Amino acid sequence: MFRKLHDPEAEAVTVYIDGVPALAEANESAAAVLMRQGSPWARRTPVSNARRAPYCMMGVCFDCVATVDGVASVQTCLAPVHDGMRIDRQIGRRSVTP
Amino acid sequence: MPDVSEAAIDTIVIGGGLHGLSASLHLARAGRRVVVLERSWVGRHASSSSAAGVRTLNRDLAELPISLESQDMWHNIEAIVGSDCGFRAYGQVNVAEHPKHVAVLEKRLALTRAAGYTHEELIDRAELTRLIPAISSHCVAALIVRTDGAADPHLTLRAFRRSAESAGVTIHEGYGVTAIERVGSDWQVHADGRSFVAPTVVNAAGAWAGDIAAMLGDDIPLGHKASMMIVTERIAPLLKPVVSVVGRPLSFKQSDQGTLVIGGGLQGSADIQAQKSFVDFSELAKGARAATDLFPSVGPLRIVRTWAGMEGKTDDHLPVVGPSPTASGVYHAFGFSGHGFQLVPVVGAILADLIVHGGTNRCIEALSADRLMARRPAA
Amino acid sequence: MSRTADLVIVGAGPAGMAAAVTARRHQLDVLVVDEQAAPGGQIWRDVEAVSCKPQAAFLGNAYHEGLAAVGRFRASGATYEPNTKVWQVEAGPRAFLTRDGAASSVKARSMLLATGAQERPVPFPGWTLPGVMTVGAAQIMLKTSGQVPVEPVWIAANGPLALLYAAQLLKMGGRIAGFLDTTPAIDVSATIPKLAAAAFAAPGDLLKGLGWIVNLRRHVPYIRHVARIEAFGTDRLERFRYETASGVAATVDAHLLLVHEGVVPSIHPTLSLGCVHNWLGGQDCFAPALDAWGETSEAGIFVAGDGGGIGGAAVASLRGEIAGLRIAARAGRISAVEAQAAAQPIRSRLKRALTARSFLDAFYRPRASIFVPADETIACRCEEVSVASIRAQAAIGRPGPNQIKASTRAGMGPCQGRQCSYTIASVLADAEGRQVPDIGLYRVRPPLKPLTLDELASLDDVGCPT
Repeated sequence: MFRKLHDPEAEAVTVYIDGVPALAEANESAAAVLMRQGSPWARRTPVSNARRAPYCMMGVCFDCVATVDGVASVQTCLAPVHDGMRIDRQIGRRSVTP
Repeated sequence: MPDVSEAAIDTIVIGGGLHGLSASLHLARAGRRVVVLERSWVGRHASSSSAAGVRTLNRDLAELPISLESQDMWHNIEAIVGSDCGFRAYGQVNVAEHPKHVAVLEKRLALTRAAGYTHEELIDRAELTRLIPAISSHCVAALIVRTDGAADPHLTLRAFRRSAESAGVTIHEGYGVTAIERVGSDWQVHADGRSFVAPTVVNAAGAWAGDIAAMLGDDIPLGHKASMMIVTERIAPLLKPVVSVVGRPLSFKQSDQGTLVIGGGLQGSADIQAQKSFVDFSELAKGARAATDLFPSVGPLRIVRTWAGMEGKTDDHLPVVGPSPTASGVYHAFGFSGHGFQLVPVVGAILADLIVHGGTNRCIEALSADRLMARRPAA
Repeated sequence: MSRTADLVIVGAGPAGMAAAVTARRHQLDVLVVDEQAAPGGQIWRDVEAVSCKPQAAFLGNAYHEGLAAVGRFRASGATYEPNTKVWQVEAGPRAFLTRDGAASSVKARSMLLATGAQERPVPFPGWTLPGVMTVGAAQIMLKTSGQVPVEPVWIAANGPLALLYAAQLLKMGGRIAGFLDTTPAIDVSATIPKLAAAAFAAPGDLLKGLGWIVNLRRHVPYIRHVARIEAFGTDRLERFRYETASGVAATVDAHLLLVHEGVVPSIHPTLSLGCVHNWLGGQDCFAPALDAWGETSEAGIFVAGDGGGIGGAAVASLRGEIAGLRIAARAGRISAVEAQAAAQPIRSRLKRALTARSFLDAFYRPRASIFVPADETIACRCEEVSVASIRAQAAIGRPGPNQIKASTRAGMGPCQGRQCSYTIASVLADAEGRQVPDIGLYRVRPPLKPLTLDELASLDDVGCPT
């Protein structure tokens, strides 16, 4: 849906979105990376299982939450990426069943 | 001046919380014309801030007989108010974390058994883990009432309100009582520029019931609580029973929506006259600590909101239910001290008994206002 | 852990930074906490890092002014803690924070809330579909990631931010499929005095804005007075329909639709403190009541910047400085007379900066359907509560927002009503024949920001001294 205007060059890192590698620039937000993917969404809601994507990008709406490096319900618009970061889309209610 | 346009009223119920609604419902079904006066809106305070525990477990023996009857009513609640009120009888469990706490459970069990009650049961670690796989393995045993559970406070409020109104109760929201006078054998209640007259009055004014009692001539000492609650984000099913623990402030359950509702009586602060309450986070942290100790996997969960609900509290933590010792036609139902939700169906029935039949077979001797008034030092 | 400071500032945007610099000049012990990883706020988001990147060339002078402001802030000697969430503020003043998973509290002599603004929610049927975003969100991605929409993008908006974004986008090689101007037709004569005043006070800004519009209309399809929007799609935006006030309608295929209807103050912190708030009719929002120094009705608690009423970065910086002076006086570092004298020239600049604002407010009023959207619209994005179900509840008695919250769960989700509180208030006002200022907003329940059970439990580690 979005494309980057420049090549990150030395700042290039690889993140894994649902296990699939994706190119990113160090310290840009995970949400921005999600919005460059062929399927740009972050989660399915706990209420109706509807897909949601980042909406406000500034920490207000909570529609961009996903599981980041194993931690669920992270606001990806406030999460700077690093090399090897794992971003997993959050499907419905998160589970804490041991 | 009394409102002449109003049809004659038999009973004025002061307080549009669950106890006021339940009393009005039972009275209306007995053919009485009832008006509920609510200062702000129905369920504004304790009724909607409640954890909505439907618990007989660990009840004071003094209120256990009516609590057990209320429990039967909860299991039949749809027939009473046309809604299941979100009541789920998944059990209430009081957990012992240490072997020394098992003795506390055993003592309690011996007490209820000796009094002839058999609803509580002691379970071992294996059974506890079978019922609640998510609980920390350090927990050793628990006392359980399998037919206890919890309801949804908002669904309960809506159901009691709807039933009361369809039984003919008139609910006036935004009517705060400012003065009460005796007029002949009637009571004249002034509320926000209007006045209402009836021979009987029910005082179900929650944290403010002491003020109402005083207006009716009863000096009943009433303290207050500001019990804090935590609600988390929605999560996949984790547990069904409501869990409490010996020696620590915790009540822990999962709602139908999937949120965890964590309380346990930790106290915030309140300005009762201003109707404002405040969360004390250094205190609430103890609840979060207890929750994460008992359920280590919930630590990363996001807290969505917290609050402190205002509620009346008596010296002995038992409610006042019954006629005024001094004023005829006055009936009190308040001071539930943080455990009144489960008693809602039966207390309404008791008040209807008292008002309609002049007495009740239900066991409320220990709940009389006298016991609190008598303890006041002589002037 | 509990600490103390002369001044704790929440937010490192233009207002927070300017207040910190001023307070430091008078030797106050200043702690600045901010949710973001770097100073600058939303307007100058991540400006230090971005200034070295290719997109910096297209972001204009206003953005680069931020670099200087951040430089002054960095050199001020204020303690700066980024990546820190303030989840509770109390009278005292006291703030509760989390950083790196641990909670702590700070007791301060004064507290400045410089929490800025958020975009006004733009509810319409389908606004929750992936592919519908705010213009502000797209601009943040443009600034910090240097990214633009792949396909020609549709923008449906009202206000200067959207014009700025469109201008930046075209300059950077992005394409715009169409600009749907949702500004309602207004009585132009009523705005002329304000326009004249604005032209006098800030001629450069006004010319710049006009330049954006002229350029935009030259290069992209530009449709005026768009009154209604409806988005369609399964799992993502596939197409949307728009209709102008005069009834001209069209349905177009689109994967991305950017919307914007201005910004509103972020008032969750002051609401939770119980501060007195006023209804700002000209900006269709509430804002905390502030004295001439930015102090709220709670002693020692100040607000500066857009959180006290929308004014933009320049206004925010000036208000930050003014608050900083009063806070220095409260701390006894300067006298009241000195503070007054130092504030005088700043107030003159502030007055000029605000003149341009009142023209923008008058000209860019949001359209009516933003406030009272169609029944099928989702009002509460978190709990997925429709406008229709709010209306159904409004028909029973005369409920306020808190009763609606209890009965429908609207506002109970993680955003805590930030995306639905105005919609709920407007729908109730409409249904009950009342005014939004009489209806009010939800009571704010702490925490103000996400806080985990582990983080809260960490507050119990060593107890919390009072």
